[in-house]
Amino acid sequence: MIRKVITNVEDALDGLEDDMTIMFGGFGLSGIPENAIAAIRKRGTKNLTCISNNAGIDGFGLGILLENHQIKKMISSYVGENDEFERQMLSGELEVELIPQGTLAERCRASGSGIPAFFTPAGYGTEVAEGKEVRVFDGKPHILEHAFEASFAFVKAWKGDETGNLIFKGTARNFNPVMAMAGKITVAEVEELLPAGSLDPNSIHIPGVFVHRIFKGEMFEKRIEQRTVIKRN
Amino acid sequence: MALDKNGIAKRIAQELQDGWYINLGIGIPTLVANYVKEGIKIEFQSENGILGMGPFPLEGEEDADLINAGKQTITSLPGASFFDSSMSFAMIRSKKIQLTVLGAMEVSDNGDIANWKIPGKMVKGMGGAMDLVASADNIIVAMQHTNRKGASKLLKKCTLPITGLGCVKKIVTDLAVLDIHPEFGFILKERAPGVSVDEIVAKTDGKLMVPENVPEMSL
Repeated sequence: MIRKVITNVEDALDGLEDDMTIMFGGFGLSGIPENAIAAIRKRGTKNLTCISNNAGIDGFGLGILLENHQIKKMISSYVGENDEFERQMLSGELEVELIPQGTLAERCRASGSGIPAFFTPAGYGTEVAEGKEVRVFDGKPHILEHAFEASFAFVKAWKGDETGNLIFKGTARNFNPVMAMAGKITVAEVEELLPAGSLDPNSIHIPGVFVHRIFKGEMFEKRIEQRTVIKRN
Repeated sequence: MALDKNGIAKRIAQELQDGWYINLGIGIPTLVANYVKEGIKIEFQSENGILGMGPFPLEGEEDADLINAGKQTITSLPGASFFDSSMSFAMIRSKKIQLTVLGAMEVSDNGDIANWKIPGKMVKGMGGAMDLVASADNIIVAMQHTNRKGASKLLKKCTLPITGLGCVKKIVTDLAVLDIHPEFGFILKERAPGVSVDEIVAKTDGKLMVPENVPEMSL
C-alpha cells in the first residue's frame, strides 16, 4: 500500500513554495481545511494564488493568511465578509478574480477529470465573458472556460482511511471533492483517520487515488458564520 | 398599501407548485419558505450542496457542517441529500430545478437582470447567481419597485453590470406582480392592495403594458 498518512502537519506541506496556485475546499467557513491553513500561516509561504469559493473572515479561515500578507491573488465566487480583504483589495495589494460559483466548481472538476476546457452558459453577456470564445449550441450562446491548474489542493473531510478514501459530512462537502480531484498534490485533513477496511466502500465519496497525503486534524474549531436558530420556548 | 418583505414573499409562495425543486436566493427570497401552501410537496435546494433543506435548527442544535448558501445554519428534512458543488450546479444547469427566486438591483423590460455589482462600491461577487440565471427556465425576481432614492428598478435597459440576459419571467415587488414578455415588455398582472395603477405606471421606467383590468393581489 502506498504510504499516505502524515503524522505531522508540517510534513503535509512539503514542497509548498512561494508563488504557487493552491486550492482550498470549503464554503464560507464550513468544511475548510483549518489545520492546513494554520500550518501555512506558520510556514509563511508567500505570494500565493488561492482558489477558494470564499476568502474567510477576519481572524479565521483564509483571513489569517490574508492578514499575514501571504496571498497575492484570490480566485473566488463571493468574498466580502472580511474587512482586511476589502482593505487589501481597495488598496490594490490583493488581486481578485471573481468567477460564477458553478463555473468555479466545474473548472475544478474538469481539472480533476482530464477535461482541459468546456462551454457553459453562465456569464454569457456579462463582464465574465469578456475575451472568451463564444459558441452557440441549440440556439444558446455559451462561453469557453478552462480547467484550473493547482499545485496543491487542501481539503477537509469527515472521515478518511489510510488509503486516502474520503467521506464528507453534510454541506461541509461543497468544493472539497472536486478540489481533491484537481490538486497535483492533494492534502486531506480529516476528523477521524481509520485503518484501511474500516469504511464501507459503498459509502466512499472520493476514492483514495485522488488523495496524496492524509492526516488527522489536531483541532477543528468549526466556526459558524451565521448562527440562525429557532428559539425554544 | 405597499407590501412589506413578508408580503412579497407570501405572494411569491402562491406560485409554488406541487413536486417542484426550488432554489431561493438570499434576502426576501429566503422568506418564501415560510409561506408554502398546505398540501403541496416541494424541496428546497441550496447551491452549496443540499436538496431537502429544512428550517433553522432549534437553539443548541446548530451544526457548522449544515448551512445554506447564505452561510446560515439550517436543518435537513426527511428525504434530503447532500452533494458537492459541481453536482449542485449540474442540476441547476441541466434544468432539474423548476423555480429560482432571487433579488435584483435592476431588471429590464426584456428580462435582463443586474444584481451583483455596483461600480465604485466594494464588489462581493456573483456567487451562484450567474449560473442560476443563465440556465433556469423559471426565474422570479423579488425586489422593491424603486431604489432608496425613489428611482424605478424596472428599466428599459439595465445601467448596472449584467448578471444574465433575457432570463427573468416574473417580478413581484412591493407594489405589483409583473410578467415579462419578449415583445410587450413588463405586463402588469396584479397590484398590491390599495396601490393604484397610476402609481405603478409612474414608478416603472421600462415598457409597461397595462391591461384594462388589473386585480388586487389576494394574500
